[in-house]
Formats: sequence, structure tokens, C-alpha cells
Amino acid sequence: MAAEVGGDSGAPKKGKKKGKARKPKKRPRIDMTPMVDLGFLLLTFFVLTTTMTTPNTMPVVVPPKITEKDEVEPPKIAEGKVITLLVGRGKVYYYTGVENPELHQTDFSPKTGIRRVLLNRREEVKDRYGSEDEMIVIIKVMDEAQYKDFVDILDEMNIIQQKKYALVDITKEEADMVSDYKKSVNPS
Amino acid sequence: MSKFKAKKQNIAIDMTPMVDLAFLLITFFMLTVKFRAPEAVEVHLPSSIADTPLPAQDILLISVSQDGRVFFGVDSKHTRLSILEKIRERFGYQFTEKEMQTFSVIAEIGVPFEQLKSYLSYGEAERKIVDKRSSIPVDSVNNQLKQWILFARYSNPKIRIAVRADEAAPYPVIARIIETLKEQKVHRFNLITTREAQPKS
Repeated sequence: MAAEVGGDSGAPKKGKKKGKARKPKKRPRIDMTPMVDLGFLLLTFFVLTTTMTTPNTMPVVVPPKITEKDEVEPPKIAEGKVITLLVGRGKVYYYTGVENPELHQTDFSPKTGIRRVLLNRREEVKDRYGSEDEMIVIIKVMDEAQYKDFVDILDEMNIIQQKKYALVDITKEEADMVSDYKKSVNPS
Repeated sequence: MSKFKAKKQNIAIDMTPMVDLAFLLITFFMLTVKFRAPEAVEVHLPSSIADTPLPAQDILLISVSQDGRVFFGVDSKHTRLSILEKIRERFGYQFTEKEMQTFSVIAEIGVPFEQLKSYLSYGEAERKIVDKRSSIPVDSVNNQLKQWILFARYSNPKIRIAVRADEAAPYPVIARIIETLKEQKVHRFNLITTREAQPKS
């Protein structure tokens, strides 16, 4: 094929130079269309079946269970450093401190949601304790939540690079607090 | 306005480079393709910014379907057979050669131990029907997932635990699984997610 587009394409060679009778060279032309068809069929198949997105994993560390025989007290932490998140379906309720906590509601939206809240709290903690690493986030996921909410909240921890956080079971008081809050916001 | 007619000409396009390229791509895709193991449950993964790829080996996969059914899977055939052997020892079920063979190729299993033998005797189509409604019990009275994990960790101590749950799976089921893992002193595990771009701060 390359010969066809070569420089001397205009003048076909004649095999008659020295009087020898030569058979005119004939290129056997193979119809490549079926092969190309098949080729592209296979190509399409493999392109479509290949999953380019390899699954990624998010490592999770949960605190060990403290049982009575362990003789260890759960660690005590200063009230001023803590923010507690109660995660519901697509919603996050949060409060700071322990005494008479006031519940607020937010969501997972990137600019105005829980990330903003956590960063603000981090500033507060930094002003008070001198280091932003002091903040401790306590995450309690409610029964109404879906797995997505759970992943989202852990993801927020990774995004703001919050190292100190703990997954804790929700208490009855907190669940009641949330349902009271919901009633106060939406009385119907 | 001069009209001129182009002479009709047979244009021969040299297809060689295109064909070359096509076959190159085919070769590439054929060599890199890794067929996904048939999964018993369809799972829509949530997305996160996590970018650690899942290790290819020594994975214990706990799958949770959208409606909160739990499935168990390990990646290697060897481990699967070893687990089945432990089930036989522990519960006294006898498995035929064919049932063992079936078990060794099932990627994910989601039936209680009591139904395991009959599940393995079914054909593929029937197993699919069972998979649509069965689950490994995880409630605190009858936590069979705990047994499965125990067997798997005995069979392969290096095994790492990954949770592959649907984004709409109810949290209480996830909490049960985490609780089960905690009971066995597994405090570090992986959640499988799809990739999402890191937000700009």
C-alpha cells in the first residue's frame, strides 16, 4: 500500500526493460471491511464493559467497646472542645456543650452546610484553647439515617481533616431532643 | 455563478492506520479488562473523596442491599472452601462434591446457615431468585454474620474487611454490622465508595 502513495506514483513500472517477459505484478486486494467491522465491534464491546472507575475505600476506625470488666473509664473531655452531631436523613442536627444544649439544624450542602458549622466551631475552639486540633467531634447517627448520610459525615471529617472524631451511639434523650426540635419547627 | 460538476471519482481511503489503531485499542482493552464477578446484590455506592484503591486480595466483603439485606463474600476460592469446611465442622452439615464446587464459585452469599445446603443444591437461576429476598441474619439473637466473619478470619488471618453498602441502606443495619465487627475487636475497616472530586476550600 505504501508504494501506491510513493513518489513515482505517476509512472507505472513496466517490466519490459531487458526484453524479458514478465508477468505484470498484480497486487491482490483484500477487502478489509469485514475485518474492520469485527474489529470495531470488539472494540466497542471492550470499551463498554471496561469499568474504568475502580472502587475506592474509605478507612474507618471505631472506638473499642468499653465493657465493665475492662476497668477503664471512658475518656473525659472538656465541654468547650466538643461539638455533637446528630445525623438524620439528609440533615444534621448539632449542639455544642453539655448543659442545656441548644439544637440547630443544617445539611450537607458544601458551602453553607455542616462543613461551615464545623469550621466555625474550630475557630471558636482555637480562640479558646490556642490550637484548632483540640476540637472533638462526636458523631451520633440516628436510626432514620441512610448509609449515604453516614458516609457523607465521615467524608466531611476527611475534607476538613478533622482527626479527632468518634462514632457513638445515640442516647434516648438526644433522640427525644431531635423529635421535639422537629415538632417545634414543623408543628403539623 | 459558475457551476461546475465535480467528476465522480472513487475515493479510496487508506484504512490501514485506522485499523491499526482499532486493533491496538482492542488489544489494550482485552488485556486490561477484568470482568466483574457476578454480584448477588445490586448496590449503588455512595461517593466520597476517599482515593485509596481497594486492595485486590484478601478482602472480606460485607454487602448491604438497598432494603438492608446482608451478604457475605470472600475473594479467594481457597478461603471459600476453607470456610465451608469450618461450617461443616461447626454445624455438622455434610456437603457433596458438587455443592462444594458451587460454593467455591459464589462471590457473595446471603442465606442463613440452615438454608445453605439447599441453596447450594439449586441451579443458578433458582439461586438468583433466593438472592432477591434472603439475607444473613444479623440481629443480636441470631447473629450469623459474626460466625461468617469468624470462619473467614480463621481461614485467612490476613483478611481485611470492607463494607459495600447501598447508599439508601438503612443505618440501623450498618450499625449492627459495625457492632458485630467491634465485638470481634475489629476496629478498623473500609467502606467502599466511588470517587468524588475534592471540594476546593
